[in-house]
Amino acid sequence: MADQQMNGSEIIIKALVNEGVDTIFGYPGGAVLPIYDAIFQQNQLKHVLVRQEGGAVHMAEGYARSTGKVGCVLVTSGPGATNAVTGLTDALMDSIPIVCLTGQVPTHLIGNDAFQEADTTGITRPCTKHNYLVKDIADLPRIMHEAFYVARSGRPGPVVVDLPKDILMAMGTYKNLTQVEHKTYQPRLKAEKNEIEKAVAMIAAAKKPLFYCGGGVINSGLKASKQLDRLIKLTGAPVTLTLMGLGAYPATDKQFLGMLGMHGTYEANLAMHDADLIVAVGARFDDRVTGRLNAFAPNSKKIHIDIDPSSINKNVVVDLPVVGDVGTILDQMLRAWKAKGLKTNQKALKAWWKQIDEWRERDCLKYNQTGTVIKPQYAIERLYEATKDRDCYITTEVGQHQMWAAQYYKFDEPKRWMTSGGLGTMGYGLPAAIGVQVAHPESLVVDISGEASFLMNMQEMSTAVQARAPVKVFITNNQYMGMVRQWQELMHGSRYSESYTDALPDLVKLAEACHWVGLRATKADEVDDVIQEMISIDRPVIADIWVDQKENCFPMIPSGAAHNEMLLGPDDEAEQSGSEEGMVLV
Amino acid sequence: MVVDSTIERHTIAVLVDNEAGVLARVIGLFSGRGYNIESLTVAETDTADAISRITVVTSGTPQIIEQIKAQLNRLVPVHRVVDLTAEGANVERELALVKVAGKGDKRVEALRIADIFRARAIDSTNESFVFEISGATEKLNAFIDLMVPLGLVDVSRTGVVAIARGKSAL
Ligand SMILES: Cc1cc2nc3c(=O)[nH]c(=O)nc-3n(C[C@H](O)[C@H](O)[C@H](O)COP(=O)(O)OP(=O)(O)OC[C@H]3O[C@@H](n4cnc5c(N)ncnc54)[C@H](O)[C@@H]3O)c2cc1C
Ligand SMILES: Cc1ncc(C[n+]2csc(CCOP(=O)(O)OP(=O)(O)O)c2C)c(N)n1
Ligand SMILES: [Mg+2]
Repeated sequence: MADQQMNGSEIIIKALVNEGVDTIFGYPGGAVLPIYDAIFQQNQLKHVLVRQEGGAVHMAEGYARSTGKVGCVLVTSGPGATNAVTGLTDALMDSIPIVCLTGQVPTHLIGNDAFQEADTTGITRPCTKHNYLVKDIADLPRIMHEAFYVARSGRPGPVVVDLPKDILMAMGTYKNLTQVEHKTYQPRLKAEKNEIEKAVAMIAAAKKPLFYCGGGVINSGLKASKQLDRLIKLTGAPVTLTLMGLGAYPATDKQFLGMLGMHGTYEANLAMHDADLIVAVGARFDDRVTGRLNAFAPNSKKIHIDIDPSSINKNVVVDLPVVGDVGTILDQMLRAWKAKGLKTNQKALKAWWKQIDEWRERDCLKYNQTGTVIKPQYAIERLYEATKDRDCYITTEVGQHQMWAAQYYKFDEPKRWMTSGGLGTMGYGLPAAIGVQVAHPESLVVDISGEASFLMNMQEMSTAVQARAPVKVFITNNQYMGMVRQWQELMHGSRYSESYTDALPDLVKLAEACHWVGLRATKADEVDDVIQEMISIDRPVIADIWVDQKENCFPMIPSGAAHNEMLLGPDDEAEQSGSEEGMVLV
Repeated sequence: MVVDSTIERHTIAVLVDNEAGVLARVIGLFSGRGYNIESLTVAETDTADAISRITVVTSGTPQIIEQIKAQLNRLVPVHRVVDLTAEGANVERELALVKVAGKGDKRVEALRIADIFRARAIDSTNESFVFEISGATEKLNAFIDLMVPLGLVDVSRTGVVAIARGKSAL
């Protein structure tokens, strides 16, 4: 195709369309008006108008995580760009591919403190995978395509392209560079043969193996989950998932031990502690997972499969690093396993499973739903039962409800669960749900929310209506910043400093004022009906579920404690006085 | 596995695209992640391909040094990261301009020491010298220490540049 002459804004639209973008989440302003004009004059790209730029990035994250595609954002200069910073940081921490286009003052005014000027590349340098400032129209096509390549390749992440207004209006030549190789950024995908052979031999020799898998499996794509499933069935080993990894292996399968880490299950954490081989697959040994490092999995050898060499030996030193893409490497491992006709140590595995089953008998997630007061765990379990056979996506906010969702909602497929893990951003869930819904208009999308988190980005209710995104916000309303209250109970003598939310809005009336439907359950026997009604309504719904205000989230490994120092319930909690070292940890 | 907690000093060469903001990325990485920079030098070394060479001297445990290299490699405009200390023998040099002001005996003594250190006087007035000295960091430190009692007034140093011994390129 011949190169085409057009202005910068048209080049941008062309590049987006050629990158397969169908939806862009954005908010206009002076610096990006030329792009908005170009958007107005085409019909290949759908624009979702948000209510605050922070919401736009979370929507793009939800869109990206649920589709495996790059999420795309458009914001204006200055405040538009600075509002996007939280979302960009969130996407960086959780390895979500995002391209965020920011407006900028014209090149000749940069550095002059011009109206709505911000040093966007400076501000976003530490919270993006990479960023660009386009200073010459001739660079625009290359930078646009490179931005998408960088966002999606290797360990995915957010990329900012800062666009001075004069560039948007300058005439230039568009070239489709979607297939061009990058000169420096070439992440390694495949592992060496000897690494693979060592890895499978270690697995075959293990007596107490445990697969510890994370978000990297989901990043790698559906095939990676399939290969993981095969390898785990083949080896007969137990598997645990991180918060970011939920869905990478079917939660209802008997080899799954539940989530591990701070609020992980008893069996997953003790298995981690006692394992003689840990196979980390696309997981990054986060402090929420390891607990006290010097007591972490003390008797184990460790294999670490990760595409990012900087994830390896960062927190935990491993015996065998294998750098590359999860899907590709699992493929190599499966082949090597079969080619060598490897077998696991059946007798040892049987003893290992016997031990695990004993841990399982503790039934660490049991709770008592007696009386009329709704237990939050019950609400989420009922939501799971009512939606498990549907085409359903779940997002969350941050807090206790997020952990209960992780514990009680069972994900059997990848990409069905969107949560803010690394940054822990309250206010993520509602916009993320809208992003998911826009990508999957026919599916049921539920944001499992806390009332405090919901208030952080509730302006996006208006976006949901305009975008015809019938999302459901399922609020376990405890009138507390429950997670904060729990820590205050544990570490600060139950002095509930500023963790009670007085003056909450009436969420049912709020829903109605925003053209949503508001439902409420205050007693346990109302929960099922409210859930059924919520699901049946083809409009956005708030389900305001008044739950037990005092309920805490267990099991819990307090900060600075080891996996075998888990608290299983309020009785353990009473004995616990947070350690000095633990107190300073987040 | 046992974690080694000895602090090592490493000289790392980083080849980067000479584009706007690249130095800020490297420096921001060190400050943001709390790594040490003992010295850092940068200049374009390949004008045809617009590639700059950054030489950074840093210190940390072996695990931190490994992290630093992995993190540098992650930056998109970075072509190569080579740990010269780990790769084997290399030569390191630093250049300093050292201004000493004084009269009489002290002036004579400054000149005498400069001669021993093979420092050259590149500017002189009745009351001052500017010496140019190059060599290993320790040699420069020793020279500067000796100049203190002789009227040291100002120092400007380049930071370390380094290159591997032998015939091969980076
Ligand atoms: C209130 C709260 C409580 C939490 N409690 C827990 C808890 O109890 N348990 C828990 O697990 N988490 C918990 N988290 C989340 C935690 O903070 C981390 O976000 C999470 O543990 C990280 O998950 P991950 O290791 O799977 O890594 P991710 O952040 O998903 O990173 C993915 C890793 O995979 C790699 N990768 C990416 N793509 C590929 C690919 N294609 N091939 C190979 N590798 C790839 C990346 O380089 C990276 O190392 C909590 C968060 C909050 C907010
Ligand atoms: C933007 C932001 N600010 C503060 C926090 C700290 N924080 C973590 S959980 C939490 C309370 C969440 O309350 P709510 O949404 O009601 O959920 P609950 O824990 O009650 O289920 C707070 C304040 C955060 N994670 N994000
Ligand atoms: Mg709450």
